[in-house]
Amino acid sequence: MIYRSLFPRDVLAELDRLQREMQQGFRLSPSIRGIARGGFPAMNVGGTPQSVEIYAFAPGIDPATLDVQIEKGVLTVAGERQRQAPGEEATVHIDERFEGRFRRVVTLPDDVDPNAVDAKYRDGVLRISIARKQSAQPRRITVQ
Amino acid sequence: MSDNSQVKQPAARDEAALQPPVDVIEDASGITLYADLPGVPKDKLQLHVEADTLTIEGEIDLEMPGGIEASHAEVSLSRYRRVFSLSKELDASKVSAEFSQGVLKLAIPKAEHAQPRKVEVKIL
Repeated sequence: MIYRSLFPRDVLAELDRLQREMQQGFRLSPSIRGIARGGFPAMNVGGTPQSVEIYAFAPGIDPATLDVQIEKGVLTVAGERQRQAPGEEATVHIDERFEGRFRRVVTLPDDVDPNAVDAKYRDGVLRISIARKQSAQPRRITVQ
Repeated sequence: MSDNSQVKQPAARDEAALQPPVDVIEDASGITLYADLPGVPKDKLQLHVEADTLTIEGEIDLEMPGGIEASHAEVSLSRYRRVFSLSKELDASKVSAEFSQGVLKLAIPKAEHAQPRKVEVKIL
């Protein structure tokens, strides 16, 4: 039996939920898959002329259990985060950290090369680096 | 007392920071706190116990290629900060901490005198 404190945490959690829903209602999604805020793991996506960089903030996960796939221009990061069950006599005062299975999907730009992917896990952050195709990289053309 | 409160909040600490999610579990021996601080290397994590205040601070340090432009950012600040007040029965001098893969585990034991004792009920 886990005892959870009902007050005031739950009121705050409820406010949090409301705020999230409002944000979702007002936000313009750039892609049909959105990238829903508030999911786990949180993601940052950026790019350089040579590569697309994706950072997934997924602390405390065994990297061997992470499932990273690229299929038809869509990147999927999936896995599970397990928590040690608290002892029988324990009281849970705050319970905010994510627990359970997760799956997040990112639509990649058209010019990436799915065969040139590099994934590293460090300090609880999964960094996926996908090179852009050679043909898509900016070239300087010499004028004869 | 007023001197103390000034020391606790210098201007630099008021800058915007992310609030890391935590789990706090209490059992007979003390309190265990887990905090998610992804992206913080060990040397950029700072823990302060001052009087009855516990402060967790960390700075995110990600490897980023030069000239990167963000197109979507959910983690938009590079600092974490969260403050807890400890209660009297906790022994702040015996806090032990582990930090691995972005997860901080803090064990704060209860002071000797606050360990639970069974109270005998006498039937008269």
